[in-house]
Amino acid sequence: MAHHRPLLDPSPRTPPSDPSPFPFSHTTTSIMTTPPSTQNYASAPPTSSASLPYSSSSRRAASGRSKPQSGRVTIGGSDSSGHASANLGNSASGFSIESLGPGVGPGISSSTRRRYGSRGAESDGYGSSQREISDEDARLVYINEPVRTNEKFEFAGNSIRTSKYSVLTFIPRNLFEQFHRVAYIYFLIIAILNQLPQLAVFGRTASILPLAFVLLVTAVKDAYEDWRRHRSDRIENNRMASILSDGQFTAKRWKDIRVGEILKIEADQTLPCDMVLLSTSDPTGVAYIQTINLDGESNLKTRYAKQETLSRMPEKEGMNGLIRCERPNRNIYGFMANMDIEGKRVSLGPSNIVLRGCELKNTKWAVGVVVYAGRDTKVMLNSSGAPSKRSRLETRMNYEIILLSVFLITLCTVVAMLHGIWLRTHLDELNFTLFYRKKDYSGDEEENYKYYGIGMEVFFAFLMSVIVFQIMIPISLYISMELVRLGQAYFMIRDAHLYDEASNLRFQCRALNINEDLGQVKYVFSDKTGTLTENKMEFQCASVRGVDYSGEKDGSNGERDGSSVVVDGQVWKPKMKVKTDPMLLRLLRSGTEMEEGKHARDFFLALAACNTIVPIIVETPDPMQKLIDYQGESPDEQALAYAAAAYGFVLVERTSGHIVIDVQGDRQRFNVLGMHEFDSDRKRMSVIVGCPDKTVKVFVKGADSSMFGVIDRSLNSDIIRGTEGHLHAYSSMGLRTLVVGMRELSTSEFEQWQSAYEKANSALMGRAGLLRAVAVGVERNLSILGASGIEDKLQQGVPEAIESLRQAGIKVWVLTGDKQETAISIGYSCKLLTNDMTQIVININSRESCKKSLEDAKAMSKKITAISAAAQNSEGGAGSGRVPLALIIDGTSLVYILETEFEEELFELATACSVVLCCRVAPLQKAGIVALIKNRTEDMTLAIGDGANDVSMIQMADVGIGISGQEGRQAVMASDFAMGQFRFLVPLLLVHGHWNYHRMGYMILYNFYRNAVFVFILFWYVLYTAFSLTTAITEWSSVLYSVIYTSLPTIIVGILDKDLSRRTLLKYPQLYGAGHRKECYNPKLFWLTMIDTVWQSLVIFYIPFFAYKHSTISGSSIGDLWTLAVVILVNIHLAMDVIRWTWITHAVIWGSIVATFICVIVIDVIPDLPGYWAIFEIASTGLFWACLLAILVMAMVPRFVIKVFNQYVRPGDIQIAREAEKFGNSRENSGVEIEMNPIPTPPRETTQ
Amino acid sequence: MNLKATAASSTSDGTSDSSAPRRNSKKPKYSRFTQQELPACKPILTPGWVISTFAVVGIIFIPIGLASLFASQRVVEIVDRYDIDCIPETLRNDKLAFIQSRETNKTCTRSLTVPMDMKSPIYVYYELDNFYQNHRRYVKSRNDKQLQSKKNENETSSCDPEANASNGLPIVPCGLIAWSLFNDTYRFSLSSKVLEVNKKNIAWKSDQGHKFGDDVYPKNFQSGGLIGGAKLNASKPLSEQEDLIVWMRTAALPTFRKLWGKIEVDLEANEQITVVIQNNYNTYSFGGKKKLVLSTTSWIGGKNDFLGVAYLTVGGLCLFLAISFILLYFARPRPLGDPSFLSWNSDPAGHMN
Repeated sequence: MAHHRPLLDPSPRTPPSDPSPFPFSHTTTSIMTTPPSTQNYASAPPTSSASLPYSSSSRRAASGRSKPQSGRVTIGGSDSSGHASANLGNSASGFSIESLGPGVGPGISSSTRRRYGSRGAESDGYGSSQREISDEDARLVYINEPVRTNEKFEFAGNSIRTSKYSVLTFIPRNLFEQFHRVAYIYFLIIAILNQLPQLAVFGRTASILPLAFVLLVTAVKDAYEDWRRHRSDRIENNRMASILSDGQFTAKRWKDIRVGEILKIEADQTLPCDMVLLSTSDPTGVAYIQTINLDGESNLKTRYAKQETLSRMPEKEGMNGLIRCERPNRNIYGFMANMDIEGKRVSLGPSNIVLRGCELKNTKWAVGVVVYAGRDTKVMLNSSGAPSKRSRLETRMNYEIILLSVFLITLCTVVAMLHGIWLRTHLDELNFTLFYRKKDYSGDEEENYKYYGIGMEVFFAFLMSVIVFQIMIPISLYISMELVRLGQAYFMIRDAHLYDEASNLRFQCRALNINEDLGQVKYVFSDKTGTLTENKMEFQCASVRGVDYSGEKDGSNGERDGSSVVVDGQVWKPKMKVKTDPMLLRLLRSGTEMEEGKHARDFFLALAACNTIVPIIVETPDPMQKLIDYQGESPDEQALAYAAAAYGFVLVERTSGHIVIDVQGDRQRFNVLGMHEFDSDRKRMSVIVGCPDKTVKVFVKGADSSMFGVIDRSLNSDIIRGTEGHLHAYSSMGLRTLVVGMRELSTSEFEQWQSAYEKANSALMGRAGLLRAVAVGVERNLSILGASGIEDKLQQGVPEAIESLRQAGIKVWVLTGDKQETAISIGYSCKLLTNDMTQIVININSRESCKKSLEDAKAMSKKITAISAAAQNSEGGAGSGRVPLALIIDGTSLVYILETEFEEELFELATACSVVLCCRVAPLQKAGIVALIKNRTEDMTLAIGDGANDVSMIQMADVGIGISGQEGRQAVMASDFAMGQFRFLVPLLLVHGHWNYHRMGYMILYNFYRNAVFVFILFWYVLYTAFSLTTAITEWSSVLYSVIYTSLPTIIVGILDKDLSRRTLLKYPQLYGAGHRKECYNPKLFWLTMIDTVWQSLVIFYIPFFAYKHSTISGSSIGDLWTLAVVILVNIHLAMDVIRWTWITHAVIWGSIVATFICVIVIDVIPDLPGYWAIFEIASTGLFWACLLAILVMAMVPRFVIKVFNQYVRPGDIQIAREAEKFGNSRENSGVEIEMNPIPTPPRETTQ
Repeated sequence: MNLKATAASSTSDGTSDSSAPRRNSKKPKYSRFTQQELPACKPILTPGWVISTFAVVGIIFIPIGLASLFASQRVVEIVDRYDIDCIPETLRNDKLAFIQSRETNKTCTRSLTVPMDMKSPIYVYYELDNFYQNHRRYVKSRNDKQLQSKKNENETSSCDPEANASNGLPIVPCGLIAWSLFNDTYRFSLSSKVLEVNKKNIAWKSDQGHKFGDDVYPKNFQSGGLIGGAKLNASKPLSEQEDLIVWMRTAALPTFRKLWGKIEVDLEANEQITVVIQNNYNTYSFGGKKKLVLSTTSWIGGKNDFLGVAYLTVGGLCLFLAISFILLYFARPRPLGDPSFLSWNSDPAGHMN
């Protein structure tokens, strides 16, 4: 039998012609494989797609389909959206869609996720590379000729710079970036205004100080961060790699690597740049790589060198050629190039390139040519920052900021008008009054002295009052909020309760500006696989030829040893042990005669052979023992391979041409003659193997729905019926199921298949389609071998977490790619669904029925609500007799609903239900469902997921959480927060979210109050200075007020204060409702605060005013009194609202007051300032202290009374819980036990 | 921000951090600080605390109020407004012409009756009404550097329009404040015996010591065509010009008093004091009032009942609130921290609101 290497590109002889082929049949279908909605989504509104890195490519794919003649596509054109800037190749489009469409195949879904070496993808790349990459659009790389390569275009070197600044550029660039913030612009405008001589209210230094201060703080922070980046860059750039020069490989620093050079990588080394593989230590040119740094996936992926290059030794014979590749782009799954070598043109696809950051594994060495280096590498192009979102609270806050601006403008207008009126009434006297001289008589001519006429004076008065009252807009609030969030993030990251022991991961805050949103989440959209479950597949049971071997729960311990293989005197053991069924083991060992035994063996042979698993032999401390680690892209396949190993069918070796399986101690070699990989259209995969007994067999495994179509029903109907029963039972247990079948090919059939297969493989166009046709041709009339059940275990604590979330009034929706039965059973096992729920299932496949079923469902939900309401009334309102509804809807139905007129109905229905379960949904549908809620309600949405298929949903939701699990870091990279386990959601939302919301809400209100009270004091005084904008408070105190006097306490309280302890918050999840009801920040609170502000400012101003009315008091002295009074008052105000007093809180609040005294004293010992010694003069009188005391008490009384009254007469839940925390111990001892009500009653409207 | 940076760099640098299979646990180290479990005091406003707070405030405030009211009552104050009366009735139609004329006799004699015994020292103030000494243009029109020492004589920035004399030389002390120095004078006599007024130590010691230099002598002062107020003795350094120093401490409010001198003898009730006033100062142009004030002093300063009343009011209010809350707590007793009051435990009909 001819040695066949199906994994190699079989058709090197590619004619470089055919300018406009259209090999899109595959592309189209690969999109189709995700439910057709993908196309709907491809034309989704920009809101839903602009932010998704993948959607743009899918849109392109769509447009590409409609315009097939556009053979030449601009490559590397800049894309304003910044995403996927150049993945215009159709291979890229089809590919990324595919990569998004995992959860579709029910069983081996994950195996579709990213198939670098997959045939379909390769043929795509092949097809598209037929189109000329025009020389202008291409990057030309002359192999082993770096000088020539870089001659014309200086390609980026390999030195990377993640740092933003250099020493020289730091100041201008940093300033430029900082002034992107509106707040700083405001500061700047005020400072500039103040520089105009007519308007100089403050001295120059004093007016620039606040701006300079915040700029400095931010600059120091930026500089520190940049220094760290510089350091890591330096380490990175100075790593060594071996480069071919003058016929031998020599070590060179990473930063010196240039495009066009030939690079040799040894096992376990990291790639320094993106390179096209030329040859590897494997004779077939395979290299295994680990992409954990790129996308976080820890499994091995295969890359191939081209046949034309793999046998050459560049260090001996040299190598010449030209690679024409697309311009650098950020699509890590796409690569399009061709290579001219020895007069031939070879196409290169994503499977021929290895990217920077990958690690070479299990391959001794690999040689390649550098095509992208440094900042052009895909990983660098992809290392963008976290998405920036703005928190809900901040958005709300901006309304109030606008209100404050209105206040400010009003105050300024009032002052300006009054100033004008005063001038008009005193117009005659202005020249000779002692305190206001209009004219300057000192010169020979009488000139106007700083007098510009009433109109201008009014205008100047307005601008001056803007300067004086500037802190009405609490600019420092933005900086404080940033610091507070930083502190909150610190505590979230350090929280031991959010640390995942298993993956050794802490909580990650990737977005720093939405911490407080965690306290207001109303909807949680969760992925299932890997989020609710562990995504660690475990083989549970099998049905072989209609007989169920589910294993006995009790007898499993003894059988856990698993089998082992003896190779060269060493014992090789599978890394993972699988629970085995003793009956089945006995059956397997029973000898070859029995029919059942034969089938069982075929079954496990199929499991061991029909996959893409690569066994890796891992050393153990014991030299005589080694572990077999099955590496593969699909966790299901891994589980099956381990299961086969446990039953004595140990896959020990896989090369591209054959596999070696140890069949119960007997090593057998099977030739892999061909493999039809999984595609989501067929939903099955098959492998054609030549067995040692010279027979050729095709093994097929796939989803039940697709498998039962190709099984020869006439042969074994009983078995089929039995298997179907078992499948149903398995999926009801929440297991993922697969059906396995096989057929022995006759010689003629095999030859027929082989010629078709070869032909398809060497076809120039539509190779994927042809291959699929071949596959369909051979995958028929199968005899059924059996079915497997794989368990994806629920993560620890998921049911409890969901229960807590539900009690907290959060609706949990599960969006999964799994099929309905599996989804429902998982729903039950994680307590999302309960037996008392009424399930509404929408499972339709046409537009018409969609409308009807939606209407039916709505009618039903209304009826049920009415019944339960009636029941509730008849019971006199005791308890809640509501029947909860659960909506189960599948992806096909959603195709007809989302983005159509039915959406509104679905929204109404879904919000009426307490649980929504969406199964078989495509990634973009997940985003669509999130958008369904997000666009229609004010409620906060949170999406949590772990895989690439959740990226769109995570980015769509208000808060995106990535689970750093088995499926790579894609979700984490797109998320705002990342953590290890689903159950951490409970402490995150209920504890940290609650705290953050409470802290931030209070802090914003307090900052408004703090600044406004100061402005009002200034304003009242202006009314007594002939509206001339004099400030009794010195300019330095005005400037330092929000920077030093009062800033630290609010920041510390914003970081540290806790209204309730963690225990209480977890004990009563309902307390989370405070965030839903916006209890900590709402317009009512804002207005109350403002009224209180006016009262307090009146007290502060008028008590000294009246007390010193007819006295010799000087402006500076009373100014000092006001300064101290306002600072002490706002700090006491804060102190009254602080709930937990730690030593830090004490230090910072009392410290601020002391610091203020010190500052005031320092200002008053400078003889140059007019207020010299004023504080000592006034503080030595009793009246000063009497005023201070009177101010503090009188100003606080109303707030205190209202607070006490509210807390006692109308206590909110938080207040009661606080009291319970303090006095609860005695109560608990007395045995009063309040039953927790598991079903949330609708929360009380507000505490009015 | 730095969190973001590390996330980004871990993908790019791929150094030892993430790829190496070391099992350094990243488990956050337990400390009470990082777990936000620092020992803390969690005060709760229990009825006891509330009532005693109000009661204590009331109990403290009422005596203070009484004390300051009492102190204020003991202050004896004689206030005499003389700006109109000191202009002969015939000339009252055009007060401005009277005050601006050099020829008119501005001497004016007033007779004051002492209402009660006044213990020395008796402070003599002048009170100006509607004189905005806190007007921005006025307040800024001075130069503190110039006042401090001789070498800064030429520092007249911000003194406009009284920075330089018409001959271009700097005015010392410059600026509108100094220019408008009050220049009425008072001579007191008690039954034809001259009552000495001590004009020493009426300014702040700190101002005399550091703010007004003892080597700075008035120059070119009031030499322009427009005379604002008093002239200064050019042979006395500024540190001894106490009237100027007092005047230059600009007042906080539009109506203010300035100390003019001290009478260091006791006065008895019903004694008649004769004051001869040189009514020079022009407050007529802006309708300002001028008053002469003789007052004793107390710990709360001059005669001012406001603070006493304020304290009594607040104290009374607090006592009232204390009683109200006692009644409230009796009328609607609520056990603190009773979980049955939680909104999801209390039945919907029995809402507290």
